[in-house]
Amino acid sequence: MSAVPSVSPGGRPVSRLGNQIFGGLVRLSAILVVLLIVGISALLVIEALPSIQRSGLAFLTTSDWDPNAIPDGCTADQVANAALTACAKGRFGALPYIFGTVVTSLVALILATPLAIGSAIFISEYAPRRIGDIISFAIELLVAIPSVVYGLWAYQLLSPLMAQTIEPALQDTLGHVPLIGALFQGPTTGNDILTASLVLTIMILPTILAISREVIRQVPKLQKDGMIALGATKWEAIRLAILPAAQVGITGGAMLGLARAIGETMAVTMTIGNNTTQVTSSLFNQGYTLASGIANRVNESSGLTFSALAELGLVLLLVSSSINLLSRLLVSRNLKR
Amino acid sequence: MAQSTLSLDRQALLNAEKSRYSARQVANQFVAGLLLALTVISVLLLVSIVLVVATQGLSTIFPTVDGHITFNTDYFTKTGVPGGSTERGGVLNGIVGTLEMLLLGAVIAVPIGLGTAIYLSEYGTGRLANVVRFIIDLLAGLPSVLVGLFILLTLINSHIINNSGLAGALGLAIIIIPIVASSVESILQLVPNELREAGYALGMPQWRVVLQIVIPTVLPGVITGVILALARAAGETAPLLLTTAGSQLFLNFDLTKPMTALTLQIYEYATSPYDEQHGLAWANALLLISIIAMISAAVRYITRREQYDS
Repeated sequence: MSAVPSVSPGGRPVSRLGNQIFGGLVRLSAILVVLLIVGISALLVIEALPSIQRSGLAFLTTSDWDPNAIPDGCTADQVANAALTACAKGRFGALPYIFGTVVTSLVALILATPLAIGSAIFISEYAPRRIGDIISFAIELLVAIPSVVYGLWAYQLLSPLMAQTIEPALQDTLGHVPLIGALFQGPTTGNDILTASLVLTIMILPTILAISREVIRQVPKLQKDGMIALGATKWEAIRLAILPAAQVGITGGAMLGLARAIGETMAVTMTIGNNTTQVTSSLFNQGYTLASGIANRVNESSGLTFSALAELGLVLLLVSSSINLLSRLLVSRNLKR
Repeated sequence: MAQSTLSLDRQALLNAEKSRYSARQVANQFVAGLLLALTVISVLLLVSIVLVVATQGLSTIFPTVDGHITFNTDYFTKTGVPGGSTERGGVLNGIVGTLEMLLLGAVIAVPIGLGTAIYLSEYGTGRLANVVRFIIDLLAGLPSVLVGLFILLTLINSHIINNSGLAGALGLAIIIIPIVASSVESILQLVPNELREAGYALGMPQWRVVLQIVIPTVLPGVITGVILALARAAGETAPLLLTTAGSQLFLNFDLTKPMTALTLQIYEYATSPYDEQHGLAWANALLLISIIAMISAAVRYITRREQYDS
């Protein structure tokens, strides 16, 4: 943010060539970054167009995903000759993918947020400083662990545990309760929406924790100390003087975790089952998410199916980007104050 | 008479206040215990994953043979073997693939990321700079599977390039650019304006002020930002899964041919039915986590030293 002087103090004009070349290169890279996101978005829209034209809004509301379906009113001959025209084969509904993404991310958010906020408060307000620092360093490290490693852990250890112990136990106890019981029906395979949700919980926990701790640490301690001096207990002081000031930032942290859960691919692909496009109320359903659907189906696709996958990608782009930006807005607003 | 009622009231009030006080104390203690429990659960969950990876990975790299701990050189020097084979396989092709794709990705992405950071910190004012910042946030939050899908739909489907190490490197480059740009920008902002002004006062043109004053002042921080971005990219799987089509059996140094990577091997070996391959997956996970941990520790050391210096 500095002004560009056109003459040196001695009055001699500064050579402009170097400035022009360097400034040009620097601007070029910034423009490249802009073009990159424009390119990605535009390309997804263009690739998705045939699918959008074919399915319209039904793409978002139906759950039938059959790449070999013959469209209504077309003969087998027309289908064989068609390339991306009205009679290209395939019927595509994205509802199972959207449903799986929404359910896994929300379950993960509901489970991870209390754990993360509770730990963040404890680390920044209760724990001795040294221990808090050590835990925080470990947490920052865990944010950086590759998602495929979480997937490996979940596929090898969590899934068998879920299939043999936890899911049967849930089914025996909660499975008979009215309303809630509907969540725990069907065979217990261990590769299902519930397992994927648990992996996501563990993956977004460090993200939410790290941001919450940072936000809580930035709140000025004066009001809290004042309350304690007037006889408030520690928890009362935290609840009334710290948390209200940190609320917006913590919400932003939780949404950043949500954005991560929505876009997460590998760990979910390895644990969610990717087996059925039926939408059911059971958490034991072997479903898909938007991201796992793309990763799973992309290598076996061509023609209109590719277009439908691009439309899945477009939906994923819109949802994850809007949540991501909203959360960054909230966090930065809280940290700046 | 009136005197004693008053004191009775005061006693009652005092008692009520006392019981309220103890209730508040109980609530205080209860919350402290609850928060401790939540912290213990979180830490145990996360530590258990690291411990499992460490023990499983170590038992592959340093297997116990006849009661002696040995070093499994095959892990580093051989490529994968078909499932169920009696031979011991390795992940050399994954190490080569990750290194080559990361290096090429860095060569493409680091100049663009640095340029964008310099633009934002030194040149950018007004609306365009804000648009660029906004877009860097967008790119950083982009689900990485979309990066793979983008490369696949543009370059591979139109036969400009094949499924190859090159395609994977381009995917990694898109991951690296926004991380370098945003971390380096925030570091460049730390350079005091007085230093820039001193340069201008000596008659230096802006490009020399940037290259000879601004960047050298925070060089360790800039390098740190770049290394952290590379560490992130080394752990990416989804962009490679859609673009590289690597084989586990063959060693390949040619970037224009299909390549595998450490992360892709974790994915394929984890979901295979053979115990031997599971061992390789755990060892890869340990390798990646160790590299990331060492980088984070080094970064922490460097940034802390810098704070003391200034």
